[in-house]
Amino acid sequence: MSLWLNTKRVARYGLIGFIRNGFVSLAAVSIMTLTLFVLSGLMVFGAALDATLVQLTQKVDVNVYFTTNATEAQITDVKKMLEGMPEVASVTFVSREEALATFRERHKNDQLTIQALDELRDNPLGATLEVRAKQTSQYEAIAKFLTTQQSNGTSGGSAIDKVNFYQNKTAIDRLTNIIDTSKRIGTIVAVVMGLASLLIAFNTIRLAIYTSRDEIGVMNIVGAGRWYVRGPFMIAGILYGFVSGLIVLLLLYPITLYMSAPLQRFLGTFNAFSYYAGNFPFIFFVIMSFGIALGALSSYLAVRRYLRN
Amino acid sequence: MLLIFWRMIQYDKVTKIYHGGQHAVEDITLHVEPGEFVFIVGHSGAGKTTLLKMLFAEVLPTSGAVYFDSRSIGELSNAELLRVRRNIGTIFQDFRLLPTKTIYENIAFALEVAGKDDDDIRADVPHVLELVGLADKMWSFPRELSGGEQQRVAIARAIVNQPAVLIADEPTGNLDPINTHDVLEILKKINNLGTTVLLATHNRSVVDAGGKRVITMDQGRLIRDDKEGKYVL
Repeated sequence: MSLWLNTKRVARYGLIGFIRNGFVSLAAVSIMTLTLFVLSGLMVFGAALDATLVQLTQKVDVNVYFTTNATEAQITDVKKMLEGMPEVASVTFVSREEALATFRERHKNDQLTIQALDELRDNPLGATLEVRAKQTSQYEAIAKFLTTQQSNGTSGGSAIDKVNFYQNKTAIDRLTNIIDTSKRIGTIVAVVMGLASLLIAFNTIRLAIYTSRDEIGVMNIVGAGRWYVRGPFMIAGILYGFVSGLIVLLLLYPITLYMSAPLQRFLGTFNAFSYYAGNFPFIFFVIMSFGIALGALSSYLAVRRYLRN
Repeated sequence: MLLIFWRMIQYDKVTKIYHGGQHAVEDITLHVEPGEFVFIVGHSGAGKTTLLKMLFAEVLPTSGAVYFDSRSIGELSNAELLRVRRNIGTIFQDFRLLPTKTIYENIAFALEVAGKDDDDIRADVPHVLELVGLADKMWSFPRELSGGEQQRVAIARAIVNQPAVLIADEPTGNLDPINTHDVLEILKKINNLGTTVLLATHNRSVVDAGGKRVITMDQGRLIRDDKEGKYVL
């Protein structure tokens, strides 16, 4: 018998089974919808966590304060050295004038400070380099490098007045801890919830096939090959995954739209709807392939139990 | 082995002990020739069903061997076993139809697994349903049919591939006398066309009216084998 004819028959029986076993299909699709919904929730949660962490990380930097008589060449030397470090994400130069303007702006309501500043003949502020690391844990290495340069007095090192990392160290360490812990907890929660919903979906499909165990027995007796028995159930499993995936993708539209504003108030810049709309192809691929794979694999394993020689 | 060669079905010192030590069948040796009609009788638990199930390897013997067309069933490859099963029609007391398939699809399924193409199936299914008097029920589901009708569908499915052997395990157990008579008449017709029929039953009147070979079992043992027997227990 041709492979094409077999495939056509298996696909037709799978579709017929999905439709005629309406109640069983409804139960399986409902549970799989919940599973895929948990998965999509974990994806959005993960993206929100990442966005929030990136946002927090960006608020941390190490400032290198130069002496007021530091030359441009010395500052450029230090800047170049920093930019050459693999840990460094960016280095921003703030000139003495910019530093003074920022200072004035920040203290514009503090007349006493402004007056004291006016009485000084010269700009008391030195130029600054704002250094951002790729990861918060890397600030210490950068700060150590800078202090070594400062004490050695090599290149522009002699022009460094102070590195503010050690003043910020406690705050940075705490943030590093929070970020690490959040990531770890996020991963554990994702794995546990993912596994739990996977088991529930798998068992639901197993129950759905359990109701057909006599049918599988009859198919065995009339001489149907393994794949001819298994195929329609796997097609039905794939349909459970496909329909559930579609439902979840459709539901995510209004849910992310509605949840965006409250989430944004809580998490800052992260916008759930923008994430959903901007990453739709990726989310579609993950949800659909996970749903279809789960449906097909669960059916495969469940039927195997009732397949005899 | 030479003797086995030309015999269609041969049970050779077959014993089946289920888990828990229950002896379902004990040391049975018998053979069945092509075209025979054989009643297998005995009380419930006598081992009739186990004996029949061993012919299509739904149950495997603990010792001894069952031969079909001179091949030991237990030594067949998976593909060979499937071919044997397609050459053995089976009918059960509880009909065992596929509940989510229509009557047409139930019968077509047996033809599909045998590798028939769609044109043959479209021709054969109505024909076999006409033979069992159910042509008008083609698009019904099994649950919409009476017990007698369901059993006739099961017969149609069992014979549609024109098998060499038809196994019927208590086929009239759930039927009233009129349906019992109808089913029996159909089985006799099939036998007259050359199909070997093995029919397990504990219905005395069915056996006594048959005038066929009767194998009597008791507590897993073969206690009588009469060429034109009666129900004696």
